[in-house]
Order: sequence, then structure tokens, then C-alpha cells
Amino acid sequence: MLSPGSGNTVIKSKLISRRMFLITAAKAVVMVGLVGRLISLQINQATKYKSLSDKNRFREWKLAPERGAIKDFFDTKIASSEPLYQLHLVPENAKDLDNLFVRLKAILNITDRKVSYLKRLIKKQKPWEPVIVSENLDWSDFSRINLFLHELEGVEPIVSVARTYPDNSSAHILGYVSQISTKDLQTKEYLQELAVPGMAIGKTGLERKLDEQIIGKVGYQRYEVNAFGKRIREIKIDEGQAGKSFKTTLDYEVQKYTNELLKDKAAAVCVMDVYNGDIVSLVSSPTFEPNEFVHGLDKAYWNSLIKNEKKPLANKALSGLYPPGSTIKTLVALSALENKIIRPLDTFRCKGKIELYGEKFHCWEKDGHGIVNLRKGIQRSCDVYFYEVARKLGVDRLSETAKRFGLGKKVLSDFVEERSGVVPNTKWKKKFIGQNWYLGETLHSGIGQGYFQSTPLQLCLMTAQIANGGFEIKPRIIVDGKNDNLRNYIKHKNENPNEPLPTDLLISNFDLKPLFKNQEHINLIKDAMFSSSNEPGGTSYRHRFENPKYTFAGKTGSSQIKRFTEAQREAEVKQESLPYKDRDHALFVAFAPYKDPQYAISVLVEHGGSGGKAAAPIAKKVIKKVLERHELRRSVNEQIGESV
Amino acid sequence: MLQPRSIHSSLNFRDKLFSIDYVLVITIFILGLVSILAMYSTDGGEFKYHTKSHIIRFFVFFFMFLTISFIQIRFWHSQSYLIYFIFFILLLGVKYFGLTSSGSKRWLDLYFMNLQPSELMKIGLILFLAKYYHRTSIENINSIRYLFLPIVVLIAPVLLVATQPDLGTSILIAAGGITVAWLAGVKVKFFTISGLSFLALLPIAISFLKPYQKSRILTFLNPERDPLGAGYQIIQSKIAIGSGGLFGKGFLQGSQSYLDYLPEKHTDFIFTLFSEEFGFFGSVFILILYALIVWRLVKIGNITRSNFGKLYCYSFATAFFIYVVVNMMMVLGLLPIVGSPLPIMSYGGSSMMAIMLGLGIAMSCKVHKDTPVN
Repeated sequence: MLSPGSGNTVIKSKLISRRMFLITAAKAVVMVGLVGRLISLQINQATKYKSLSDKNRFREWKLAPERGAIKDFFDTKIASSEPLYQLHLVPENAKDLDNLFVRLKAILNITDRKVSYLKRLIKKQKPWEPVIVSENLDWSDFSRINLFLHELEGVEPIVSVARTYPDNSSAHILGYVSQISTKDLQTKEYLQELAVPGMAIGKTGLERKLDEQIIGKVGYQRYEVNAFGKRIREIKIDEGQAGKSFKTTLDYEVQKYTNELLKDKAAAVCVMDVYNGDIVSLVSSPTFEPNEFVHGLDKAYWNSLIKNEKKPLANKALSGLYPPGSTIKTLVALSALENKIIRPLDTFRCKGKIELYGEKFHCWEKDGHGIVNLRKGIQRSCDVYFYEVARKLGVDRLSETAKRFGLGKKVLSDFVEERSGVVPNTKWKKKFIGQNWYLGETLHSGIGQGYFQSTPLQLCLMTAQIANGGFEIKPRIIVDGKNDNLRNYIKHKNENPNEPLPTDLLISNFDLKPLFKNQEHINLIKDAMFSSSNEPGGTSYRHRFENPKYTFAGKTGSSQIKRFTEAQREAEVKQESLPYKDRDHALFVAFAPYKDPQYAISVLVEHGGSGGKAAAPIAKKVIKKVLERHELRRSVNEQIGESV
Repeated sequence: MLQPRSIHSSLNFRDKLFSIDYVLVITIFILGLVSILAMYSTDGGEFKYHTKSHIIRFFVFFFMFLTISFIQIRFWHSQSYLIYFIFFILLLGVKYFGLTSSGSKRWLDLYFMNLQPSELMKIGLILFLAKYYHRTSIENINSIRYLFLPIVVLIAPVLLVATQPDLGTSILIAAGGITVAWLAGVKVKFFTISGLSFLALLPIAISFLKPYQKSRILTFLNPERDPLGAGYQIIQSKIAIGSGGLFGKGFLQGSQSYLDYLPEKHTDFIFTLFSEEFGFFGSVFILILYALIVWRLVKIGNITRSNFGKLYCYSFATAFFIYVVVNMMMVLGLLPIVGSPLPIMSYGGSSMMAIMLGLGIAMSCKVHKDTPVN
């Protein structure tokens, strides 16, 4: 201990201890820091990290609910969710993929392109994620697969549901469903909660209007998943709820019949119950195949649709805008009567044309109609008569009547494709065109040309409101209860011819809204329409029904595409000899039966030429079909009353 | 000089047995049992490969630790240089015959086990420098001539390991060596100068880093930079620890590790798994066990007569502390992920062997505390 080095050793030892003390102090600080960090993570922020851990742990898969059905008035399903047979493949469960595909090709019709696509997909995905080998198998393929299932390891036959339509007769009014797009997710708020990947949603028509209610309640499966996304076990399952089903006012039989009639034409037909506004039929042609849209559209088919110049995708009855042509003459006459501009027996002389404001206005009858009163004016559709009436009436009074009868505004609600059309007047022109109204334009408006734009549905509504005696009706397509006030009023009046109550009071008792000042004027128009269809010289006389059960009263019209040149007029060029694109649109509106009106109809044939030749024959056939089914419809109507 | 030596060299087995620090032994044993539980949990609650080999390793090396305690401290002192030299040769061997796994060459195939010499070097360097500074007289410690050798023996293995590449282990080896030099009395000025020159060389060093190492540092600075890539480990580890809460999710109930969200759960992230299942109290329990070990090691340093023993125990205690703290700070998101095992808890034979060797030599200091080394 007394060796020379020992003092040195002690000094060194003290130095070491001193420095160790500093280190120990530092260690204590670090320990406190560690505990502090633990407190911060495990106590202060525990809730946050627990929820993050659960978010890691659980994943939910939404289950698409079954879409509700759409039925016609007689409970036939015109859009339903039917079982769909699909073939899925879970690569992880398949022993030998190449061999499996060879086997599958032998059993099913799978192209080599599809196989190589699937193989690429499998490489991209996780091995436990299924790929869809076939989206829509028919029953015989499906049963064949089930037969060979024992030798097809990894293949899973799946029964799913998909939208199915019995045919394409109601494609436009029903619309179609298709896969959700990114745009849908951004624009449709209700999809925020409902959206399930791969779910089909309504894109047009009723499918779109009813989408929110018809989709149903989305179910979900909650799984615990590992870090690679593989499902470990199911925690919870909620099946969801099938969507609501809807009953429509449409008659599937009439839809089919009308669709067949319109085949190959660019045309639209609309039939409406004149008392409650129920839309019995609404067909646009050419039609398209709605079933094609459900599982990703075939590109060639899509191209054929958008390249077709008859525009099969457009619902012409709702979104096609056409000048109403001579069909508007009913309202011109009514407006003039109501405003006391003319009396029914006032006459004008038609010489085939008149010259006003330095311009020639022609009648469609080159030689003129001679002396014309209101009844004859409508019967023969004399343009000169209506030029004179319109000149006296003025466009503003005409537009007021036209709007009252439903032109210039949307008829139905929530149909994205429906358009409102145009009822022009002086203010409208100033606002939208920025010019003053010319008197000559009043004359064009008087025969439904010029700025006038209307849809076939609007024309149908106009006719229905004339047919029912001039009362406002609200067209509907979804049956939502009884709607019989107007019918009851008519019945009441017929049963009590000596009703002591004044008519005004009676009308308000039945909660009706009259569109007339004097109902006699409405009857005059109806009578004139009768003569147009059923008396010699009438524009649709050739297509009349003799049987009073079917007798209809109508009005023809044609909306001009191109004005005739003087030269063409002199040469008496016929519509048929013009190029298809230059021919007039043919229009016809009518109601039937004349004695006891029940239905109104409007028919449009694009580039059909004259209404009397192209549109009236179609109307005749549809009217017969609808009236034949009237008793059936009435009985169902009464049942609805009881059930609601 | 001769008299005390003759007394103490006559220590018999019974004397030695009684002078063992049983608090330390028991603490290590408890920690070993806890590590077996954690390993059992990483295997999904079954006795699988990891659990079985961890149990075997723990008991084998625990026995080795006890055996080493009985070996004369004089032996460790006299063979320090040789031990360092052997470990260094093994490190060189890795460079030429090593096994490559996930992009780095760290292991030697010894048939019965894959040895990671860099782990052993952690102890070898401390032994070497403890002897060196024990022998260097206090006047010479800060002379440049006497600083030359320590720098060489420190830099050489650190560079070798860093180029394997294994940044984490090389830093930990250096930390052990620097601790010895600091305790021996090397002036602060010197550490400042070398620290500054290291900083000056840092840009050059960074250019030698592998892309994954660079991204780890960037990720540490901002884990959300790449939540599914390099930041994933830190984020998932924090989620696991934080979601453990006060009492934990329960044994075998750690969803983060059970569902494989936790990376490297057997090795570097074993504390995360334990912390998720046993919560704040479990974590603090582990911290206390480690603190106990460090405290007992320092205590041995205090009562050891020789400066070699003091230098060794203090340095090893500090290095041990640094290993624990670096690992914990890493999994708690306070340091970048550098790859450093948690002593005794983590799966890995070489690490276990090195730690038990280090603990054994320290225990030998305790048993032979009054024995002069030269």
C-alpha cells in the first residue's frame, strides 16, 4: 500500500469516481425523461393511440343492399333485383393457376384475352383477394361449374343480385343503373353514406329519381385484419336492408305495345289519365337495352348508341324540345275566347296567305280555306285564321294561357333529364335574346312556331287539362295514394244534374283548381277538336274511330324544321320528298273517349312530316289499346283507394 | 504488495459463493423470465422456435455468467488485449467469410450458432481500454502519445462494423470506448475537439451511408413523411405503446404485435410488445429492473479496489445503460431506428452472450474486489 504508485492510484481512483458521479447524474436525468415519455404516450395520449390501434385492427366491408323493385300499375315488376351467378377465384386457394385456367376454359367460354387479364390482375393483388372470373353466368354454365367444382380448387361460385329489366320497353322512363363514378360520389350527398364499391346506382329516369330510397340500407361486415390486410376473423355482421319498392302508374302492357309501334322511328308517346294525372305510358324511341348498363357497358354497344342519329339515349318525351306547331291552336283559341277577343262565330277569310307588316304569312292550304270561324279554324287547322286571332290577342295574353296549361315549365319533379321548354312573350325575348318583340313573331307564335318549345309530356298535360273540363291536374308516375277529387266531382255532377250549389262553390268543395274563366269556352275547344278528328275535312278525319267507345278528339300539328322557300311553295314540294333531316316533326294530341274523356295522348314523330299522316295513326292504335284496358285499370284504382 | 495478494488468492469456492451479488443475480434472472414471457407472446402464445431457443440461450449464458464470476479478475486483466485481439480477428473474419442477411454482413457461421462478433466487440473494447488506462499513469493520460493507441483501437472496429453496414452497433461500441476514456480522465477539451472534427467529417460520412440509413434519419426527424415506408416502424411502435395505456391490453392480447403491425417484434421492438401488453406499469417495471442492474454494477465499481475493476464496472454499467436507453428511445420515437437490441430481452444469441460475458466479468470484480490485478 505504500508503494510509489499507490498515491497515484488513489488520485486516479478519485478522478474516476468523480467523473462517474457526473455520468450517474446524467443517467438519472435520462431515466426521468424515459418515464416522462411513457407517461405522455401511455397515459396522456392513450385514448388517441387506442383508437389508432383499433383503426389498424378493424376493417369494415360494406355490403350492397338489394335494390328495391319498380312495379307497374298492375304490380308487374318492370325493374327488379334478380339472382346473378358469378364465378370468383381466390388465387391463394388454387394449387396450380395455369392448369385451373385451362380447365375453366374447357368448361366456360373464356377468351385468352380475359385469361391473360386475370393473370395480370392476380399478380397485382394480394393472394387472398378474389378476382371475378365471370360476372354474369347463365344457369347452365353455373350448374356445370358446380358439377366440376371438386376439381376446381380455388374457384368459388357466388350467387349475388343485380338489377334486371324484363325488356327495353320502358328504358327511358325507368332509366338505368350503373357503377358509381367518382363524379357521383362528389355530387350526390346521399351516396356519402350509402356508397359501396361496385354498387350500381341510378343514373337516369326513375332509377335516379328514386335512388336514395330504392338503394336500401347498407350493411357491413367488420373484420379483424392483420398488417397485410388479410381478414383474420369476423367480428360483426349487419346484413343491411333491402331498398323500398315502388308502384308506378305505368301500364307495362301499353309500354310494350307502344314501344313495338314506334320501333325504328325517332318518336315519343305519352298517355295520361285526364282526371288524376297518372302517366299510363311514356315511351321514347328508339330505345336502348338497360340491362347492358348494369355490368360495365360494352364499348361497341355504347358507340352504336351515341353515334345513332336518332339519339336512342335521349328520353324524347321529357327532354325533347319541339315547337308545338298547330297543337297550340287549341290554346290560342281558348285564350282569345277567355279574353273576349273573338266570339266563336266571328269569321275571317282565308285566301291562302295574308300580308302583314310587309311580310307574307302563308296558310298550309295554298288555295285558302275561305270563310273560317273558330270551329272550322281548328278543324282544318287554318293558319290564316290563327294569324288574325293571334294578332288581336297579342303574345303576352297567349303566353299567360299557355303557361297556365302547363307549357314552359317542368311537369314532373326530380327528373334530371326533363326540360322546361319555352313559352315566349315580350319580356322573355327582352331578357333572353335582348331584343324587342316583333309583331310578326306574334303570328308565328299563334301557330306554334318561332320561339315556342315544348316537350311531348307538356303537350299531353295541356290536352288532358282541356279534356277534363279545364281543371289543373298534377301528373304523377309514382302511386302515392288516392287522387280522385276531380273524378268524384264529375261523378257528383252527373248524378246530381239539379245540384243547388253554385258551381264555384262546388269546385272549391272538391279542392279543385279551374284553369278557365268560363267552362263553356273549354267545351267549345273540345267540340272543335272533335270535328277535327271526326268530321269530313278535319285534319285527322282519316284516322277516326266510328265506335263511340273509342272515339277521340284530337289536334294535329307539325313543327317546322326549315321554312319553305317561295320556290318550294310554288312547286308544292311534299314533305316526303325532302331529305329526312329537313322534314317537319309530326305531332298529334288527343283525348278519348270523346263523350266521357278518360285519357289524353300526345304523339311525336321526329321528321315524320305532317301530324295527320305520321302521328295520328299511332295515336289511334295506342288509344284503342289503352281504352281496352280501362276497366282493368279502374278496378285497380278502386283497390288503391281501399288499401291506402 | 505480496501479502494481500497471498490472502486473496487463497479465496476458496465457498468464500466466492458468498461474495456474489445476489441482488444482481436475481434481478437478471427475473429479467430473463420476463423476456421469456415476452418471447412466448411474440410466438403467438405457443412454444415455437423463438421461445425455445431464447430459453436455451438464456439459461446457457446465465450459467456462463455465473461461471465467469468465479474466474480470477487477474485473468481478465492480463488477457484483455488478447481478448480484444481475438474479437477483432473475428470481426475481420466477418468481412471475408461473413453471412449476408437483408443487405448487411454481420454474422459468422460457427455451425452451432451464427456469431455476431460486433456484439462481443462491445465488451472487448471496454476491456482493452480499461486495462490500458489502468496502466497509464495519470500524468500521461492527456499526452498525445498516449492518446494514439486508444483512438486506433476504437476507430478500427467501429469502422469495420459501420461498413457491414451496422450503424447502430458501431455507435454502441464507440459509446463504450468513449466512456472508458472519459472516466480515465481524458480532458473535456479532447472530446470537444474530436466531437467537432467528427461533425466536420459528418457530411463525408453521410455520403457513405446506404440509402436506407439516410431515410431512417430523415424519417426519425419526421415519421409522417412516409407513413407506409420507413416511418411505419416508428408510427406503429408508438401506436402499440400508447394503446397499451396504464395497465396494458393483457398478456397475449397485444393486437399490434399479434396482427403483425409491429416490425421486428422479437428483436429491437420487444419492449414495444411488452409495453403494449402490460402498459405503463409493466414498462416502468422493466425500467426498474434495468435501473437495478445498472445500480448494482456501479456499486461493484465503488467497492472494487483496482482501477481496472472500477474502470471496467463503471464503463460497462454506463454502456449497458446506453444500450437500454438507446433501444427504448428508439421504440418510443425519441431516436432514429438504428437497430440496437435491448439487453437480455431481445432475441439474439450474440447479444445475450456479450451481455452475460460483460456481467460475468463485473461479477468477477465483485467476487475478487480486494485482489490487486498486478
